[in-house]
Amino acid sequence: MSDTPIDRVAKATPPSVASKIRGLSDRTIAWLFVAPTIFLLLAVNIFPLIWTINLSFTNFKANRPNREVDYIGLRNYERILTDGDIWLSMQATAHFLFWTIFLQVLIGFTLAWLINRKFKGNDLWTTLIVLPMMLSPAVVGNFWTFLYQPQIGLFNYGVSFFTGIDPSSFQMIGDVALAPWSIVIVDTWMWTPFVMLICLAGLRSIPDYIYEAAEIDRASKWRQFWTITVPMVLPFLMLAVLFRGIENFKMFDLVVQLTGGGPGSVTELTSINLKREAFEKWRTGYASAYAIILFVTVFGLASIYVKALNKVKER
Amino acid sequence: MSSYSITEPSSRQKWVAGSLVIAYAIITLLPLVWILTTGFKSPTDAIAYPPKVVFEPSLEGYVNLFTTRTRVTQEQLEALPPPATWYEEIVRDRDMVIAGPSRYGERFLNSVIIGFGSTFLSVFLGTLAAYAFSRFKVPLKDDLLFFILSTRMMPPIAVAIPIFLMFRTLGLSDTHLGMILLYTAVNISLAVWLLKGFIDEIPREYEEAALIDGYTRFQAFYKVVLPQAATGIASTAIFCLIFSWNEYAFAVLLTSGTAQTAPPFIPTIIGVGGQDWPAVAAGATLFLVPVMVFTILLRKHLLRGITFGAVRK
Repeated sequence: MSDTPIDRVAKATPPSVASKIRGLSDRTIAWLFVAPTIFLLLAVNIFPLIWTINLSFTNFKANRPNREVDYIGLRNYERILTDGDIWLSMQATAHFLFWTIFLQVLIGFTLAWLINRKFKGNDLWTTLIVLPMMLSPAVVGNFWTFLYQPQIGLFNYGVSFFTGIDPSSFQMIGDVALAPWSIVIVDTWMWTPFVMLICLAGLRSIPDYIYEAAEIDRASKWRQFWTITVPMVLPFLMLAVLFRGIENFKMFDLVVQLTGGGPGSVTELTSINLKREAFEKWRTGYASAYAIILFVTVFGLASIYVKALNKVKER
Repeated sequence: MSSYSITEPSSRQKWVAGSLVIAYAIITLLPLVWILTTGFKSPTDAIAYPPKVVFEPSLEGYVNLFTTRTRVTQEQLEALPPPATWYEEIVRDRDMVIAGPSRYGERFLNSVIIGFGSTFLSVFLGTLAAYAFSRFKVPLKDDLLFFILSTRMMPPIAVAIPIFLMFRTLGLSDTHLGMILLYTAVNISLAVWLLKGFIDEIPREYEEAALIDGYTRFQAFYKVVLPQAATGIASTAIFCLIFSWNEYAFAVLLTSGTAQTAPPFIPTIIGVGGQDWPAVAAGATLFLVPVMVFTILLRKHLLRGITFGAVRK
């Protein structure tokens, strides 16, 4: 066995230090492990974000990369905030957001409450109900245009079967008044199970003894529902609303496939509007400013909401 | 133990609740059943009124999905040798001949390559980062974790503008590598958050015991933590895979040919005079069924996956 100076030093060092020399130190490992993720996110998220901010002050057009780029200050922002079309798409988004969240909370909570009655086979049915939300929104959205066909579409047939209205007398996605509802229906169909699952977790987190105590105090079922069930599920419900809110604010794939923003622009949500500006009209600078405004809006609303959520949780 | 409980719903309540839930499930599954059945209908049955529930199954949709066809005249058709295969026969019945394979196979394969590639990368990098966040004092830990989550709040179209320019400069537009990197970046936030939750649940004592036994930190991670986290890693991987599989916005904006995945392709399947619905339904069926199977396998982890681990149950 060789006895080099290094070996002698190694033997003389205390075991704790030796173990650090043997392997990598915890600190090094921590950095080694976190660095690739952070690097990737910086490269694919933060660097583009900074680039977008920079572009938003210019009149750059991506389809003419060789044209001279001028810095035009805040003019893009000014134009966006005074543009009537953008306010219209904001309104379309608000309508979509409000009604999808309202319906999904209503139906999702009801379903969760019913499933929590623990009838036989509830696991199987829960799994089946969840299927739509796991599927590709673009592919499913495209197929829904078939279901919405007047006359031959299954949806129109179903409506006429139950109400007697002639199935060829209305067009869900071709009619200015009905189109905003056609996207609400499909989104509700797809995402109600999400709200349902979260509510179900909330309901199952309520311990039985609370109800037992209420029962002993002779509180009515109605009162139990409003003073125990609802407050205990509320934080979960608010979380579901947060997730759905962020997702539907970003909504693109499903609606693009369903209506493409039409007819006219009644279902042109902000993401679709933004895509038009950026990739059809190629107003890259303008679209970048638009993207920044949207991001700040989502981020701002989400932060305020999370604060409210935390307050509810503390109660 | 079968003692009477005052919180247990009565059997009548259960019956009513059960029927309502089953009714909802049947209605909500109808569109999916319609996709599955339309794929096996002939074009005339697919657009029949009233909608056909009972029909003669046909593989025409699937044949049309995988082939491109050209119309030929009756004389040309008679001049041809008899059809060699069953699918040629189906096409001939419509006065057409097969011109070649369609793009569906390629697009499906692209979805597989990009899906698995990005899933592997995001789970690999995500596991490392999650372990570090779970076990070590990383400076600014909470800020970094929030930063990772906040990258999910950007509308994909907003991110797509600079990514489009960046990919064009780097020559990554319409490449598998570009899409894999992009999807990895999108998935990694989910992977880190989910996996951190799973690793947090593994008692530290296991590793400490291993460290005392003379393992290095890295060996302890590799030989003790990883096997314990295997289920968590697997379910995280399936969630990442489903996300990449379903993604549409980036795919439609950043790919056009070589690296195009199935979701932007399926809606473009057209036949004579409009969309060829049986073929679209066939394409959708093949694309959706794997996800349905995974969903059923994954049902215990569903909630955790879709809420970033925010709800564990």
